Amino acid sequence: MHTLTALAASLPADTLAPATETVQAGIFLVTPLLVGLPLASAAVLLLLGRRADRWGHWLGVLASSAAFVFGVVAFLRLVERPSDQRTLLVPIGTWIDAGSFHVDAGIRLDPLSLTFVLLVTFVGSLIHVYSVAYMDHDRDRRRFFAYLNLFVAAMLLLVLADSYLLLFVGWEGVGLASYLLIGFWNHHTPYAVAAKKAFVANRVGDVGLIVAMGLMFAHFGGLDFETVLGGAADPALAGVSEGTMTAIGLMLLLAACGKSAQFPLQSWLGDAMAGPTPVSALIHAATMVTAGVYLIVRSGAVFEAAPDAQLVVVIVGAITLLFGAIVGCAKDDIKKALAASTMSQIGYMVLAAGLGPVGYAFAIFHLVTHGFFKAGMFLGAGSVMHGMDDQVDMRRFGGLARYMKVTWLTFMMGWLAILGIPPFSGFFSKDKIIEAAFIPTDGQEWRAWVFGGVALLGAGVTAFYMSRLFFMTFEGDRRWSARKDGSEQHPHESPALMTWPMIILAVGSVGLGLVLATGSRFVDWLSPVTGHAEHGEPVLPAGVLMGLTLGLVVVGLVLAWRRYAVSTVPVVPPVGTALTRAARVDLYQDAVNDALLVEPGEHLTRSLVFADRTVVDGAVTGVARVTVGLGSLFRRAQTGYVRTYAATMLAGLVVLLVVVLAVQS
Amino acid sequence: MSFTQPDSIEWAAMSPVIIVLGAAVVGVLVEAFVPARARRITQLAIAFAATIGAIVAVAALWSGTRRDGGTMVLGGALVVDGPALVLQGSIAVLTILSLLVIADRTATGEDAFAPTAASVPGSDYEELARRKGLEQTEVYPLVLFAAGGMLIFPATADLLTLFVALEVLSLPLYLLTGMARRRRLLSQEASLKYFLLGAFASALLVFGIALVYGYAGTLNYGEIAAVTEDPTGLDTLLLVGAVLVLAGLLFKVGAVPFHTWTPDVYQGAPTPITGFMAACTKVAAFGALLRIYYTVVPGLQWDLDVMMWTVAIATMVVGTVVALVQTDVKRLLAYSSIAHAGFILTGIVALNPAGVSSVLFYLLVYGVATVGAFAVIWLVRERTGGSDDDDPRGSVLGEATHISQWAGLGRTHPALATAFTLFLLSFAGIPLTAGFIGKFTVFSAAVDGGAWPLALIGVLASAAAAFFYVRIIVLMFFTAPHGESDEAAAAAAADELSPEPGPAEPALVGTGVVEAGVVETGADVATPEGGVATLVAVRPVTTTTTVVPSEGFAAVAIVLCAAATILLGVFPQPVLDLIADMATFLR
Repeated sequence: MHTLTALAASLPADTLAPATETVQAGIFLVTPLLVGLPLASAAVLLLLGRRADRWGHWLGVLASSAAFVFGVVAFLRLVERPSDQRTLLVPIGTWIDAGSFHVDAGIRLDPLSLTFVLLVTFVGSLIHVYSVAYMDHDRDRRRFFAYLNLFVAAMLLLVLADSYLLLFVGWEGVGLASYLLIGFWNHHTPYAVAAKKAFVANRVGDVGLIVAMGLMFAHFGGLDFETVLGGAADPALAGVSEGTMTAIGLMLLLAACGKSAQFPLQSWLGDAMAGPTPVSALIHAATMVTAGVYLIVRSGAVFEAAPDAQLVVVIVGAITLLFGAIVGCAKDDIKKALAASTMSQIGYMVLAAGLGPVGYAFAIFHLVTHGFFKAGMFLGAGSVMHGMDDQVDMRRFGGLARYMKVTWLTFMMGWLAILGIPPFSGFFSKDKIIEAAFIPTDGQEWRAWVFGGVALLGAGVTAFYMSRLFFMTFEGDRRWSARKDGSEQHPHESPALMTWPMIILAVGSVGLGLVLATGSRFVDWLSPVTGHAEHGEPVLPAGVLMGLTLGLVVVGLVLAWRRYAVSTVPVVPPVGTALTRAARVDLYQDAVNDALLVEPGEHLTRSLVFADRTVVDGAVTGVARVTVGLGSLFRRAQTGYVRTYAATMLAGLVVLLVVVLAVQS
Repeated sequence: MSFTQPDSIEWAAMSPVIIVLGAAVVGVLVEAFVPARARRITQLAIAFAATIGAIVAVAALWSGTRRDGGTMVLGGALVVDGPALVLQGSIAVLTILSLLVIADRTATGEDAFAPTAASVPGSDYEELARRKGLEQTEVYPLVLFAAGGMLIFPATADLLTLFVALEVLSLPLYLLTGMARRRRLLSQEASLKYFLLGAFASALLVFGIALVYGYAGTLNYGEIAAVTEDPTGLDTLLLVGAVLVLAGLLFKVGAVPFHTWTPDVYQGAPTPITGFMAACTKVAAFGALLRIYYTVVPGLQWDLDVMMWTVAIATMVVGTVVALVQTDVKRLLAYSSIAHAGFILTGIVALNPAGVSSVLFYLLVYGVATVGAFAVIWLVRERTGGSDDDDPRGSVLGEATHISQWAGLGRTHPALATAFTLFLLSFAGIPLTAGFIGKFTVFSAAVDGGAWPLALIGVLASAAAAFFYVRIIVLMFFTAPHGESDEAAAAAAADELSPEPGPAEPALVGTGVVEAGVVETGADVATPEGGVATLVAVRPVTTTTTVVPSEGFAAVAIVLCAAATILLGVFPQPVLDLIADMATFLR
């Protein structure tokens, strides 16, 4: 609780509208290179083709690391400035100038975007290094690094853009990179299908962003953040109704749902695990899937002007966090379990982002710590797969702690962090979200109880399924299957290029939360963007909440310990309860989508094709037939006899005369 | 009616006409006095000099006319005003382009005209003349006479001069139509038909003139217009007279129901002459029609509108619909020209200044594309033999006019096919070609003038017309060449939408006697309609399609026409401005 009060106290009124400054000269002018370097590297790798095979991956690592260095420099220069002068605009040039539609392309550097830059480039660079070893045996490693660089460039563009339109370019760019990487092994049909599924689900969300941009342009006359968010800060002044703001907010939420795998567009994330594991770690855990949270926080002013949309955001976050947690309890595929966990954790962030200014900073805080520990765990899962001949079924793991010490220890750090055990980093971020959820909004206590309760319950379930995952993999008996070639499994630790990134991320999982939370540093840092938080008291005292949370976490952990570490885990999954069976198939989400969307869609297209064939084509060919028939008829008149011709002329003349005279009289 | 000696004669104002007609007379003398060897070159020099002189004369008169609106000459028989000069300039330019095609003897060394037009087709005498390599260089004076008549036609200021000019331009055309080197019977039949029907139309015109004179007591346009504004009890007389005069002119432009001669004559006439006739006659006749409708009978607009609307709609619909089922390129373009006449009529019906300038522009761009298209047709020929040992290359015959024979031309002769495609696209009114700008200006003038139903029908007809233009383009570029293994498929594609070749129409039609294969055309029987389709079956399989290289003239004409079609489509504004400046009639 003291953090919240500290937050409120640390925000003098004059930081409400931080001054933005357009950079004309200086070190910040090179910030476009943040996007440019990885993009250029991707282009080189793709254009050179096989000629770059020998050194291409190192170029990729270099581009990503260089972007990180730039990010650090920018961060250091920004920190030097007073906190209300940390929003910088770096113009790139006029992008679109068509009549009244004018968009300038530019970079917006502020604490929020820079936080993302650092997260993306740091975690990204580590994962680049990890991938050098992980993809060592893949003949298309260079192409893989090209896509990774493309992703980094697009993600940086997404967070650095100074307008929704430029953000949309990055938004589509990460979607493309995600599609390419999920389907990286697209010779395997299910993987290609998974890539397509992700692409389509993301398109649904993109429509939301496009519609939102259309509404913004129609009502605010621009698409840059200054115009839109400035206008949204006082909609009445801009002459925009609350209904419009709600519509914009819901459309932005739709976009966020697509990108961040939130209910009801969550179905693609589990299948996206078809991609190579580093991709799952970087794109589908640490960065891209959190773009939706970024969008909501960035558009904070819009949501504050639309309380109804905000409520929907919280509801979506709450549903997803439970949904992911329940699914995570039943999955036996280690990556899919982690994916469900990602979905659930992002649900926490979305829930926090829906709480308004009080939650924004914690949403981003959790996003950062989650980026570390979840990426670390994905890399750990990759390491396990590396040592276990690409086995992903946790029922065929067990007792790996002795064979893969580094992986075991680093994974444990991530596990403790996600559980929220103090003083690991997840404790500082997640606990604050739960606390914030218990603060009544607009004096409505029911909301505090409902959403706070869900968040609290989620923490317990999270503890259960993450412990289940950890124990099934590293503790208990060995349940190893034979290798693909029939020989025995020989689990082994991964090479240093893979373990070091895991170690670094594990260090972050342990200490980052404490470092950033001390003296509410992170919250202060973000305050120019997230704005002033209203002072509110949770319905239960903060200490009680913390105790309840920890209690539930311990209950979940102990349950999992008794079932998966002490007792024997069956190799063949038991039938289980109805809930387990439902959770195994993602709570029937695909069946629901098929029944609600796919099949009606197919019927619609089929009937449209039928209508096209019979009605449209029929009309066209019918007209053609009638015309040709008419033509043949007229052609008959062209007999070749002069007398007929003359008669035709005479008859025509008589008709014309009769008509003229009839009209005249 | 009294004829008075004009006080002074404005020779300068008449200079375009005088130069061309004078050159024609000189051309006749050349035929009499210049040795045969030098005749062709002399005639060419005279013809080109005359037409270029006419353009120079028009240019010289231009600025003065723009300043003072023009003058009446010869005591009100002729008028030199803006529209007259624009039309005369267009006619002169198109005549030069046509002359280039007419003059081209191609690589075969044979021009489009019979060695001795007076000989009986298939006679020994004809064969002798052919072997001696005789040429009918009278063609050039005839073309100049026709062109002279055309220059007068749109500049007439009284009905009598109108009639005289009509005859001056028509009689040479009747002759020229009958002078084709190949398929001579078809050509002569076309000539006779053209003459008979033309005489019929002239009779209508003269009858109309008589009735109008009976009502107005004058032949002068301005005086008739003054009288029509103040109607008396006898206006039925005037109305019938006006309808008959318009009918005479509508015959010349080929508007329905006075269009029946067009396909037969276009098909039968020597191809270069078809191009000349289609382009220049249309310009001249529409010029005269425009002047009469705008300056003589505007007082009768409410009565005549119903006629013009009927004719315009019928012309667009019939031209388009019948063109859909054509299988002969020349006939197809004939029907296309009928449809275009309908489009131009919508601009005339508009009865506003925009209507005048749009029609003037349309005539120019249509003429340019037409001359170019017929020039291309002139070069696409049939070739026999080829497989015979004694005749390895085969001999070149007449134009390959069945559209199935055009299959694959885009692969074998891409440049020529591209040029033809360009002309077809211009006919269809596809943007970035001159035809689009023409159609656009005409239809927008019609809409401004309240004739939007006409514009609507025009747009629909254009859409339907695009089908048969594009069909040829598809045939040229996306079908295997004629004579290759899928010849049958090509023919089938060409005939896809055409019905069965019709119930056995009489093979001997009108004056038509089947050419008995004596002339090189071999078994080439071309009956006026439908019979052409039958022809595919009887054509010897050894006939292939070939393109004879141009002697140079036709190639220049095609290049110029293509360039103009693109330029007027992409940068039409200077020409549009030029014409809009001059679009006021001197009343």
